[in-house]
Amino acid sequence: MFEFLSEPWAWYVAGPLIGLVVPTLLIIGNKSFGISSSLRHICASCAPANIKFFKYDWKKEVWNLYFVGGIFLGAIVATLFLNSGKPVAVNPDLARELADYGITNFNGLVPQDLFSWEKVLTLKGFLMMVVGGFLVGFGTRYAGGCTSGHAIMGLSTLQLPSLIATICFMLGGFLMANFLLPFILKL
Amino acid sequence: MKPLNETQKLETASIATPQASNSDFEVRSLDAICINESHLTHKWHHNLKYLAVGILFGIVFVKAEVVSWFRIQEMFRLQSFHMYGIIGSAVAVGAVSVWLIRKFNIKTIYGETIEFHPKTFNKGQVIGGLLFGLGWAMTGACPGPLYAQIGMGATVIAITLLSAILGTWVYGYFRDKLPH
Repeated sequence: MFEFLSEPWAWYVAGPLIGLVVPTLLIIGNKSFGISSSLRHICASCAPANIKFFKYDWKKEVWNLYFVGGIFLGAIVATLFLNSGKPVAVNPDLARELADYGITNFNGLVPQDLFSWEKVLTLKGFLMMVVGGFLVGFGTRYAGGCTSGHAIMGLSTLQLPSLIATICFMLGGFLMANFLLPFILKL
Repeated sequence: MKPLNETQKLETASIATPQASNSDFEVRSLDAICINESHLTHKWHHNLKYLAVGILFGIVFVKAEVVSWFRIQEMFRLQSFHMYGIIGSAVAVGAVSVWLIRKFNIKTIYGETIEFHPKTFNKGQVIGGLLFGLGWAMTGACPGPLYAQIGMGATVIAITLLSAILGTWVYGYFRDKLPH
């Protein structure tokens, strides 16, 4: 049983579990699943700066911060107690391509060859971590949601705007991964 | 939402709190997906149930490798079905659940009716969506996985998270000047 849990979980186990978060949050407190809003609540609580967009009672939304705090703790639990210790299995085509960019360490889900404290102030590291993070925060809020709010909650409730947003997320990702990232990773 | 003219502003100001809280709701629901629909107020420890759901969710995130930079690269290069399977089956389960909740008028554990709010289309879903997609393929993380990656011990992702918070703040600052 333990061995089964410590191996990577299949999509048909994980997907339905993630889907169940939608009714769970609705039933335990009438909450719509969405994670990117936590970033907004952090802005509203720490640096509202008299900006209208951040002038709302964030304390009413504090459940969302407990939820993301839980994600953080859950990741610690999974890493400490449910870790098989094996390197990540990567598609051979991807592994070959990444080797060209000097990415050969597959020991963690976050590649240390790209994301580490020493690399924050290199051009490549700055683009990947700082610019990438900025695009995630700016883009999700501009779009009004992220993968959870639009792709999962929005599509589950059959919202056309969420379908449009999800298609655009994927388009942006395809563009970056296939056409722009090769140049960035060569830096 | 139309901007209020001067007389309306005065009227709003002169009316007591219910109006003010309504306008607060409008501002919040304008862009945020998750808005507090419950009209009940609870003690803080009621939030611990969201912490518990978050912990389980975080474990799934890590064990299913949703938080893996490699998995996101494979998804965008069509090299693996994994992420499509996860998102697809999550949406299927979510949609059936929502359908059941509506069909049988299932209430919350506090007996409230579950509310759904339709989203309205604006250009942000296209422009912002594309920008987020670019960032997603770079960082290999949407907002949820950022929290998980830090928990996994990749502490440097705190920089990415701070940058994402800054991105949200900058959006808020320029919001009125951006096309919607």
